[in-house]
Amino acid sequence: MGHVTALQGYLLLAALLFAIGLAGALTRRNAILVLIGIELMLNAANLNLIAFWRYGPHPEALTGMMFAIFSIAVAAAEAAVGLGLVIHIYRFTQTTDLDQMNRMKG
Amino acid sequence: MTIVFYVIAAITVAGALAAMLLKNTVHCALALTVAFAGLAIQFLELDAQFAGFAQILVYIGAVAILVVFAILLTRGSETPKEGVFSKTWLAGLAIAAMVFAVLSWAVLNSTSSLPGDSPKPTVSVLEIGNALMGRYVLPLEIVAVLLTSALIGAVIVAKHEKGSAK
Repeated sequence: MGHVTALQGYLLLAALLFAIGLAGALTRRNAILVLIGIELMLNAANLNLIAFWRYGPHPEALTGMMFAIFSIAVAAAEAAVGLGLVIHIYRFTQTTDLDQMNRMKG
Repeated sequence: MTIVFYVIAAITVAGALAAMLLKNTVHCALALTVAFAGLAIQFLELDAQFAGFAQILVYIGAVAILVVFAILLTRGSETPKEGVFSKTWLAGLAIAAMVFAVLSWAVLNSTSSLPGDSPKPTVSVLEIGNALMGRYVLPLEIVAVLLTSALIGAVIVAKHEKGSAK
């Protein structure tokens, strides 16, 4: 395999974090923990963006940095709406267990 | 690769693993905070100070607190009798492992055209502000509208309505 460059190290860390978040989102029963898994995946993508910005040819253009900042803002909005939905569903079903949320009608 | 990278990466991955594996949901939220802090330090290591501090403010300051609130409001800290993992956990784990295998194979076997060691970029907050107000002003405005609508939407969705709830 040979020498791992700095960029490859960050990309591998991001891939590992993405896989952990994906595994959590696919296997946990609690809806809040599924949202946590999605947040981890978004963070892994942000790490990729920042790493490519740092080791890319034109860091002064700020492209990757801006992508990461906007991605953080969108992720914050997603977390607020997602958790609001979970709380609302909990009021009707008294559960956050995704295996028991099997009907669309409230 | 420096020793600092490996230490912070180990802490980040340990926090992420704990967040996905622990039984108590409150412990998961605390482990998630550790993972977010590790990522923020990685951003600082990559000379992206602004993104690192934005990560600390938004994720550790807001998202982690929001997750803890949601857990406490939904009594999610009680461990269910059937276990914390769904019935199809094996398939989910296999998919995640395959995704990681493909990603790491692609990363390790691709020849990068980028130079291995580029000079440290010096980016001031002034430049970021100028870019946000100049070239990226339209995305900034759209994000502002998105955040406002998400805030209003979250409040409306989570608002307690008397009579409609059981």
